[in-house]
Amino acid sequence: MARNPRPRFESWGRYPKLYADVVPLSWASDFPLKRPTPAPLLPVGAGRSYGDVCLLDGGTLLATRGLDRLLQFDPLTGVLRCEAGVTLAEILDFAVPRGFFLPVTPGTKYVTVGGAIANDIHGKNHHVAGTFGNHVIQFELVRSDGHHLLCSAERNSDWFSATIGGMGLTGLITWAEIRLRPIVSRKIKYQGDKFVGIEEFVALSRSSANSEYTVAWIDCVATGKNFARGIFMAGDHSEIAEPLVPSSEPWLTLPIDLPEFALNRLSIAAFNTLYYSKQQAKQKRALVDYEPFFYPLDQVLHWNRMYGKSGLLQFQCVIPWEGDQQGITQILKAITSSGLASFLAVIKVFGDVPSPGLMSFPKPGITLALDFPIREEVSFDLLDRLANITLDHGGRMYPAKDARMTAAQFQAFYPQWREFSRYIDPAFGSAFWKRVTNG
Amino acid sequence: MAKSQSDLPSRVLALGATSAIAIAVLRQLAVKGASFYLVARNGEKIDTVAADLRVRGASAVHTRVLDLDNTALHPQMLADSAAALGTIDLALIAHGVLGEQADAQTDYSHAEAVLRTNLLSPVSLITWLANYFEAAHKGTLAVISSVAGDRGRKSNYVYGASKGGLNVFLDGVRNRIDRSGVQVLTIKPGFVSTPMTAHLPQNALFAHPNAIADGILKAIAKRKDVVYVPAFWGLIMFVVRSVPGSIFKKMNM
Ligand SMILES: Cc1cc2nc3c(=O)[nH]c(=O)nc-3n(C[C@H](O)[C@H](O)[C@H](O)COP(=O)(O)OP(=O)(O)OC[C@H]3O[C@@H](n4cnc5c(N)ncnc54)[C@H](O)[C@@H]3O)c2cc1C
Ligand SMILES: NC(=O)c1ccc[n+]([C@@H]2O[C@H](COP(=O)([O-])OP(=O)(O)OC[C@H]3O[C@@H](n4cnc5c(N)ncnc54)[C@H](OP(=O)(O)O)[C@@H]3O)[C@@H](O)[C@H]2O)c1
Repeated sequence: MARNPRPRFESWGRYPKLYADVVPLSWASDFPLKRPTPAPLLPVGAGRSYGDVCLLDGGTLLATRGLDRLLQFDPLTGVLRCEAGVTLAEILDFAVPRGFFLPVTPGTKYVTVGGAIANDIHGKNHHVAGTFGNHVIQFELVRSDGHHLLCSAERNSDWFSATIGGMGLTGLITWAEIRLRPIVSRKIKYQGDKFVGIEEFVALSRSSANSEYTVAWIDCVATGKNFARGIFMAGDHSEIAEPLVPSSEPWLTLPIDLPEFALNRLSIAAFNTLYYSKQQAKQKRALVDYEPFFYPLDQVLHWNRMYGKSGLLQFQCVIPWEGDQQGITQILKAITSSGLASFLAVIKVFGDVPSPGLMSFPKPGITLALDFPIREEVSFDLLDRLANITLDHGGRMYPAKDARMTAAQFQAFYPQWREFSRYIDPAFGSAFWKRVTNG
Repeated sequence: MAKSQSDLPSRVLALGATSAIAIAVLRQLAVKGASFYLVARNGEKIDTVAADLRVRGASAVHTRVLDLDNTALHPQMLADSAAALGTIDLALIAHGVLGEQADAQTDYSHAEAVLRTNLLSPVSLITWLANYFEAAHKGTLAVISSVAGDRGRKSNYVYGASKGGLNVFLDGVRNRIDRSGVQVLTIKPGFVSTPMTAHLPQNALFAHPNAIADGILKAIAKRKDVVYVPAFWGLIMFVVRSVPGSIFKKMNM
């Protein structure tokens, strides 16, 4: 049969641009595939990873969005079993009116359950709740040889921990069971505090440790006395009961690529200043809906097109406490002095709930995440420097948001990678894995 | 009088219930607490669909595994469904196969198989259901046909003939039982992204099954006879039908 000329599957950063066949899965029983396809294979969810963990350079992507059925729900315990292609947005649509919320959510709700497990994602509540994997009770893993493994902390526990954070390499997750958390209102009790400098940020993180959600936006353009200024955002689910109505649809889709010059140092500096000044008072309290609190960017579908055709890069690292706060300061200095402004930079303190995944990214310390437009010569060079600073301070980088780290850097960040590779399905691979293992 | 959206059918028989388009329709009805009798040929898939509908709010879900090509078993199965549901408000016929036009051109048995699944099987089901609804003096018989049935094209005229035959059959049935208060709805989707079309190159004309489901439920509520989904296909097919035969036969479609 002729090759399927589907549009290329893109990751969120739209970089690198690689071609692979795409086979949509509609039923769990569609895998293993009945017809031969180009090797290797890789499951993909919503393509909300920034780099190449969800890409292949040749081979066959198994598109899992068609596995979108809810299989079981217990309204007493909040335990939901669903297929792996169900998105967190779909779970919210179902669960919020029933008085439940996600146990952990990233900064977009348009990711799949399979993707959330495979990158063992974290959210604003990491300091109290740990990662998404901490709330997964069990899942089914199907290997390319047709073996079905039911995985939990008790059964096939080694496969359980290899697959959580396993970047899709250990097999196809067909369904998973997760524990939702109860809510009585859509509202979040929000408190925003302005800060200047990393020390003030850390102090706010410590004093807000009892808040369920904490994160800070940080200005990566400002220098001098404004260096590392930002807004620390804390939130808790409101305990005052209110009608749990469903969310509305996003109001805008960015239909076209903006020209590259739309995002330049000036527009980004202006954005950062505006954002910082939007909050007049040093401290602000409000009762806000969960949508803008968790998903401010989701109101514009495909906002990544704002970066133009060439796409964007993300950088996310964690610097452990042992590595002291100098690491974060050095990274921020390297960014401000590079002139490669960043539009969205967030900083958060990770807690010490152990991640269940063998390859999970979070560990106790400070994590910093930011976007860069792609300007090959300069941004690649900067990213390499940031990776090395991270390495020098005993930190690591997040594969879900990476397109550039070298094999040497990755293997130093994740020395357990060899142990992990024993669990990789022999028919599976990814562009990321090839890059970081020279495989 | 037009039914309102809140007045959705609550006892639903779905034939070919594992079709992606059918699932999208059934989910919207499940949320409102409908009960279902699902018929499909694959037991594993039908169980998955049943679970999904239950979780979303269906008040009851019965399942029946049956290859719908087996018309001899239709009357018993349909009687069982009516008994299980109490009464049937909506019967949705959704099963179908695309077939391979190239194979059908050289191998009659392939053409026959397409006609059996897409035309003869529905005809058998509709024969029983028309009498059932006529006697009940109410209900909706909704059948998924296709824009492909509006005019034969060289790229898929066997599939097109199966759907075209179905359209004519439904016109006649409607002409007979509409006066008894029964809605007979012919659904004509354009391109939809479903397993049936997964191997085809996708383009901007492809719609999501959810959009098709919205159109179908609206047409049921408005008691329409024929509906193109999405609606713009009505215009496209008007143009396609209007091309004079002398020109049409020279076109590549
Ligand atoms: C705006 C934005 C904000 C974000 N915020 C955060 C954040 O706060 N915290 C955070 O941790 N991440 C964040 N992310 C990253 C995102 O949460 C992860 O990349 C997530 O894994 C994406 O899920 P996906 O469904 O899009 O999967 P994809 O990106 O398509 O795939 C991700 C990985 O999952 C694997 N995979 C997918 N489905 C399956 C399956 N069924 N079985 C096995 N493997 C599978 C793939 O092989 C791949 O390795 C953010 C991303 C965006 C765009
Ligand atoms: N997709 C489009 O572009 C499009 C356009 C116009 C019209 N349509 C029509 O829409 C209807 C639904 O199709 P779809 O798009 O939703 O595709 P689909 O998901 O592939 O659904 C087709 C369904 O028909 C079932 N089926 C086929 N033969 C059967 C048989 N002998 N007995 C029982 N079930 C049988 C299939 O069951 P299995 O899963 O077990 O094979 C499948 O569930 C079809 O009538 C199709 O012709 C589709």
